[in-house]
Amino acid sequence: MPGRWIEAGRARASSAEAGQRAMRVSAANDDPEKARRFRDAALPYLDDAYTLARYLLRDATDAEDAVQECYLRAFKHFDSYRGPAMKPWLFAILRNVCHAEFARRASSPTGTIEDVADKEEQAPLWHEAQETPEAQMLRRWDADTIRRLITALAEPFRETFVLREINNLSYREIADVAEVPVGTVMSRLARARAMLRSAWIAEEEQRK
Amino acid sequence: MTCREAEILLHAMIDGELDAGHAREVEQHIANCPDCGAQLAAYREMSKAIAGSDLRYTAPPELRRRIEASLPKTQAPSRRAVLRGFAMGSAVSAIAATGLVAIVLRSDDEQRIMSEVVSAHLRSLQPGHLTDVLSTDQHTVKPWFNGKLDVAPPVVDLTAQGFTLIGGRLDYVDTRPIGAILYRRRSHVINLFVAQTASAERHAAKIETIQGFNIRRWSERGLNYWAISDLAADELADFGEKFETALRTSTPG
Repeated sequence: MPGRWIEAGRARASSAEAGQRAMRVSAANDDPEKARRFRDAALPYLDDAYTLARYLLRDATDAEDAVQECYLRAFKHFDSYRGPAMKPWLFAILRNVCHAEFARRASSPTGTIEDVADKEEQAPLWHEAQETPEAQMLRRWDADTIRRLITALAEPFRETFVLREINNLSYREIADVAEVPVGTVMSRLARARAMLRSAWIAEEEQRK
Repeated sequence: MTCREAEILLHAMIDGELDAGHAREVEQHIANCPDCGAQLAAYREMSKAIAGSDLRYTAPPELRRRIEASLPKTQAPSRRAVLRGFAMGSAVSAIAATGLVAIVLRSDDEQRIMSEVVSAHLRSLQPGHLTDVLSTDQHTVKPWFNGKLDVAPPVVDLTAQGFTLIGGRLDYVDTRPIGAILYRRRSHVINLFVAQTASAERHAAKIETIQGFNIRRWSERGLNYWAISDLAADELADFGEKFETALRTSTPG
């Protein structure tokens, strides 16, 4: 499979690039005390960052590369960091890294563009999930099924949903990370939950 | 309120992000609209199912190692090294040197305690480290500290003010045991550290930000307080004020 081969080669190349950048960064920031403070402050959020990257990029290797790049950038800018809280600050950096990756995928011949957000955003929300009250008892799915349903959501609804439901950010923090007004966060979240609920019900139908 | 508005705002209500005025309006709408009521119930149920599933991913150890390897090696200068530096500065007169050492140590101590408070807070957020005594009842948490500390940390219930008491913990700051009282606001944890102070003076509250955490520090009636959280500074200030007010009204004199 030639496509797979190209994908694998690219992943290795980008890890190597990240490694070289890492060495340059540590030469410019050779301050052990700063490194200790950064470690204490930022590393506890590694799983959070990795979780967000997995949902945003839908690929384990890309997520690893993005999180490493995020921590490199965060360390570089740690001196000028005055807040907000560490988690949303890291997420804002991570989101930029992920969007750079989206752009690369869009321009790469092997990449795919799956996310057409505008059309989704204009679609009305209140016609979703018009099922009868009997159907409203949702079956509890296993974590893998729920992850798959969330992963299938379109950007930017997936991003808003994951930041809120899995990373536990407040609306204000999500607004800051995604650089949109709080009102947009609220409507995207409503949309995301409506879409997820429809997918949830469809899953139930399928397995009947 | 129209169904269209309610269908968006009910999500903010589920998330506890709606102010009291709007929440009342949504509730009024839902009381008269079975469709929106059914939606609210269904989304509540979905939120519960999501919260009850482990949807997070764990970073591979290799990624952690790669990031660790990219950071400069940690070897913080010890305080002894700083003192040695002063001892060697023999050109400085003895008296001036003593004064300098005292000043340097004092601010150094305060900074060190602050960074230990941050570390203790971070430690407490690791799985299984948050509470030694898990209770929302102040009459359970307060006596738990008996015999464990040389002070009796005041434990007040602030649930009505929007800060839920979740328990207590014994921690170590500045090589001494210190009481930590845990509160929760939405998904944010507040560690309130309480330790004895030498002076009975009252120090007004100061808010500092360290590593993205806000710390509100104050002293009253012979006790030092550090409230630390990733809450926004204004919300943490609100917590501190409510705590102080509750304390003053519960123990008159």
